[in-house]
Amino acid sequence: MYSCSDLKKGLKMMIDGDPHVIVQYDFTKPGKGQALYKCKLRNMISGSLFDRTYRSGESFEPAHLEEREMQYLYQDDNGYVFMDKKSFEQITLSEETLADDKYFLVDNMDVEILMHGDHGIGISLPNFVNLRVIQADPWVKGDTAAGNNKPATVETGYTLAVPSFVEEGTLIQIDTRTGEYSTRVKE
Amino acid sequence: MIVEPNWQLARKRKTIEQRARILHKIRAFFTEQGFFEVETPARIPVNAPELHIDAIASGNWSLQTSPELCMKRLLAAGYDNIFQICHCWRAEEQGPRHLPEYTMLEWYRRDCDYQQLMHDCEKLINNLVGRKSLTWQGQEVDITMPWPRLTVKQAFSQHSSTSLSQITDEKKFSELMSNEIEPFLPRNKPLFLTDYPTLQGSLAQQKADDADCVERVELYIAGLELANGFTELTDAAEQRRRFEKEEKQRQAAGKASCPLPEKYLDELETLPNAAGIALGVDRLIMLLCDQPTIDEVVCFTPEQL
Repeated sequence: MYSCSDLKKGLKMMIDGDPHVIVQYDFTKPGKGQALYKCKLRNMISGSLFDRTYRSGESFEPAHLEEREMQYLYQDDNGYVFMDKKSFEQITLSEETLADDKYFLVDNMDVEILMHGDHGIGISLPNFVNLRVIQADPWVKGDTAAGNNKPATVETGYTLAVPSFVEEGTLIQIDTRTGEYSTRVKE
Repeated sequence: MIVEPNWQLARKRKTIEQRARILHKIRAFFTEQGFFEVETPARIPVNAPELHIDAIASGNWSLQTSPELCMKRLLAAGYDNIFQICHCWRAEEQGPRHLPEYTMLEWYRRDCDYQQLMHDCEKLINNLVGRKSLTWQGQEVDITMPWPRLTVKQAFSQHSSTSLSQITDEKKFSELMSNEIEPFLPRNKPLFLTDYPTLQGSLAQQKADDADCVERVELYIAGLELANGFTELTDAAEQRRRFEKEEKQRQAAGKASCPLPEKYLDELETLPNAAGIALGVDRLIMLLCDQPTIDEVVCFTPEQL
């Protein structure tokens, strides 16, 4: 079982028999009052969003979902298409279902599809993915301070802060749990 | 893989440098106002019992949840105007504005009440900002003095369908405060929320004209709860009763019981009229550096250790 201190964005738990994922999380503690754990949850089957506030001492049943390893193929008008490499069966997940995970999909990448019966209701990404920078300001010569950053956009359209020495065309590693830059990748 | 400096640490460098300058200015401000800085132990035998604050154990003792007991013992021993910048620890408090280990600025003034603390806050923030306004995450805040004061009673009558006198349950109070009051407090100026129900101010002096309320103040800037202060309760017998009540509630909630801070209760007899306030330094840095979360203003979060 999870306790309140396990609650965070991305955590999956069962509520009223359905798997839910926390899409937004906030911890508040007004003055000397009790801690409140405010969650925006998405029902992973129906897609409906709602807010719920929890208090210390409550516990939650983890959502154990069946996972199926599949390969990401491409994006089309209906969403993102994945294929089972053994049976060649294909599954399409909508943009809403993937939410921010869509930014971390690379063609031909293996991912775990979270299943509810025959339906894919989400994916489980590897902790790190490599993506190529397609837009970034050039490196100002002489800027060697390690902490200086600038925005960069990667091939999936995702924008993040990167060190000043990262240039267009650079392959970088991103931590999918935080969405943050990790390091450049040697090619 | 290419070996690079740790980006999680490197990217915060500018904010951390700015943080150092702010800490320096805070110390200069209080020194100029006639305060002197004290350092009290971070590891103490016992904290003041509070229903919703849990200490982190350190051997048979605890890490401080606040430096208040030690600082008030100094006040009682004749140290008049003192301040401290120190780390405090509170179990299981983590979120966009909370870390289990964080930095507190706490100051005490002899022979005055919480009104003076509010002036101190106005002057301190104006001194640190050096302009007429600050902007935090798109919210412009006019910080010219004086800042508005609103009593908790007024806040409930303005923003909640429940009036303060109807609330007897402490849980209900926190919930309404968090859901119906705080999100709707005006943000274009800093705001002092004052005069809390006695249950919400275990170490605060009761108001002379309202026995159900204590002289406690919370400062909000741009919706961030920044500081909590009060006129100190100097009645040792009343303090013991409140501690015992708080301790009973802790036990009823199934929380670890701890002995009362007896030395503090003994020495409270010589505590002069005084007022003290604690201000969350990390949140102050968030405001002054326009950073969205507390993680951005500390060198390391627990996850980065």
